[in-house]
Amino acid sequence: MNSPVAVLAHSHRAPPAPVPAVHDGTDARQEPAMSLLSIKNLSVRFGGRDAVPVVDGLDLTVNAGEVLAIVGESGSGKSVTMMALMGLVEAPGIVTADRLEFDGTDMLTLKGRQRRHIVGKDLAMIFQDPMTALNPSFTIGYQIEEVLRQHLGLRGRAARQRAQQLLERVEIPGAASRLDAYPHQLSGGMSQRVAIAMAIAAEPKLLIADEPTTALDVTIQAQIMDLLLDLQRDQGMGLVLITHDLAVVAETANRVCVMYAGEAVELGQVPRLFNAPTHPYTEALLKAIPEHSQGARRLSTLPGIVPGRYDRPQGCLLSPRCPYVTDHCRAQRPTLDPHPFGAVRCFYPLNLTEVTR
Amino acid sequence: MLSFIVRRFGLLIPTFFGVTLLTFALIRLIPGDPVEVMMGERRVDPQMHAAAMHRLGLDKPLPQQYLDYIGKLAKGDLGESLRTRESVWHEFLTLFPATLELAIAALLFAGTLGLLAGVIAALKRGSLFDHGVMGLSLAGYSMPIFWWGLILIMFFSVSLGWTPVSGRIDLLYDVEPVTGFMLIDTLLGDEEGAFLDALRHLILPAIVLGTIPLAVIARMTRSAMLEVLREDYVRTAKAKGLSPSRVVFIHGLRNALIPVLTVFGLQVGTLLAGAVLTETIFSWPGIGKWLIESIGARDYPVVQNGILLIACLVILVNFAVDVFYGLANPRIRHQS
Repeated sequence: MNSPVAVLAHSHRAPPAPVPAVHDGTDARQEPAMSLLSIKNLSVRFGGRDAVPVVDGLDLTVNAGEVLAIVGESGSGKSVTMMALMGLVEAPGIVTADRLEFDGTDMLTLKGRQRRHIVGKDLAMIFQDPMTALNPSFTIGYQIEEVLRQHLGLRGRAARQRAQQLLERVEIPGAASRLDAYPHQLSGGMSQRVAIAMAIAAEPKLLIADEPTTALDVTIQAQIMDLLLDLQRDQGMGLVLITHDLAVVAETANRVCVMYAGEAVELGQVPRLFNAPTHPYTEALLKAIPEHSQGARRLSTLPGIVPGRYDRPQGCLLSPRCPYVTDHCRAQRPTLDPHPFGAVRCFYPLNLTEVTR
Repeated sequence: MLSFIVRRFGLLIPTFFGVTLLTFALIRLIPGDPVEVMMGERRVDPQMHAAAMHRLGLDKPLPQQYLDYIGKLAKGDLGESLRTRESVWHEFLTLFPATLELAIAALLFAGTLGLLAGVIAALKRGSLFDHGVMGLSLAGYSMPIFWWGLILIMFFSVSLGWTPVSGRIDLLYDVEPVTGFMLIDTLLGDEEGAFLDALRHLILPAIVLGTIPLAVIARMTRSAMLEVLREDYVRTAKAKGLSPSRVVFIHGLRNALIPVLTVFGLQVGTLLAGAVLTETIFSWPGIGKWLIESIGARDYPVVQNGILLIACLVILVNFAVDVFYGLANPRIRHQS
């Protein structure tokens, strides 16, 4: 049988070489100072302190220059995690964490002005739908220059020149004339390029891309991903890629965090996670890729839906849907435990022999 | 942009004719005619009546009268008042600055306060302030202008004595009408205290006239702001690390202003309609009071052409708003 990665990689782009000197950030005993981003026990709740958390006790690290993919179905808390980091979770949302540290700064207690020195500069984000992410009333030149003015103090001609360079960097043809264009005059792909130009304007150390290609045509998707990776390598920035698209993950990421119902269920390296998933949910996600079901009459799917606010199981959150479920799983919630290749939240992890465990 | 302006201008012509037809018909639908009114209580001698009507050209068939009217209009002749024998245009020009001054003051009052209240209410949605603003604006919108004006006069002018009861300025002052705007003319003149007196005369009428626009603008701003603040580009602006005031006023309000601006334009019509009542209550010597008196006297030329001039004004303002709308909203501008 083909390796899943080979099947997934339908473009001829080779999977990235793992960044050297990056050790597995999933190890719980790891030094926090080594990580660019270090999240410990992050929870986000809407509707009071006792509400069911949207993100529940999440631990995550991202190292400088690393590409981390966060995957999981809709509502698993992928975006909210990153919104919490950016300080974009608004009341009535409540963010709690033991540690929410970016580049040595505690983002949890950071207030107004200090936060704005980091957000948009060292920590930037691009969003899902580029057609609505840009302000329709301002030219794209203005919107890029705004970042340059805010974070780099560039004004006038210098700002305009830099904005043009940025548009050229994101491969927008006729960059000079495009500066005066309004967002509605651009296609979705172009708009996403502009959004990327805005995000990288102050050369961030970490770029968060929240499903950057979901709203785009398939042909454009590959171009945008190529551009993001190119920029990531070029600037040596960390990249957190929130996505549904496992093919993209296989091609781009160094490490993967699989989320389910607000919890991280598996952390692992690419390509090992694709070849030997340790969590049943990850396995099910991989099986659901159409290319893996060739010859089968039906696409493999996981029955049921993500538990909602009122039907959260007492034990493992996946237990109602898991093909390997036992009574133990139904009674107790597993913790995220490290293993030699990553970490898994399961009592009976797959593809781990007794020796490696 | 030019074709946009030309197209909008083309739409003005049918509107213009509609207004002439309407005013021409409406004033003649009111029982009585100018001659009867001039004769007053006395019994009108039918022969004298007929002669006077003939002299005024009012004995011709209505279509003929209308054509005569349009023919005169085409030559730029707005006729003269039946009462004063003054040119309608001249009377309008003399009285209009008073109305304009009042309207501008009312719009400034309504615009600044309405935008501010609307934005704050949207930001503090569900707060006591929000409910207060929305409740007050509903009350303000439902308020009959004449009643509201009288209440304010009773309280501030009569009971407290803070502001004068009526007029534009105290009779003690002799102000040279240079621009027609009392505030400017009093500043140009050298009479001490005249400016402050004119200002005190202006405050109450401006508040009364501005109340409905204030209510509409506040509500509109609030709902537009609430909508805009949910937009993705506001999140983008926050993610760029911009200050909250920049996010709200540059990225938010700029877009929220687009619908508010339309309402603003529509309010100019309401404002001129309201001016008729406000000017009557405060004896403000503007075109509103002028028209009311002319209707009473069945002064056909003044009513017809006065209303036509006001209609043109409303049309022009809305036209200006449309052009400005195009400037404010790049998506409209490029649509042609």
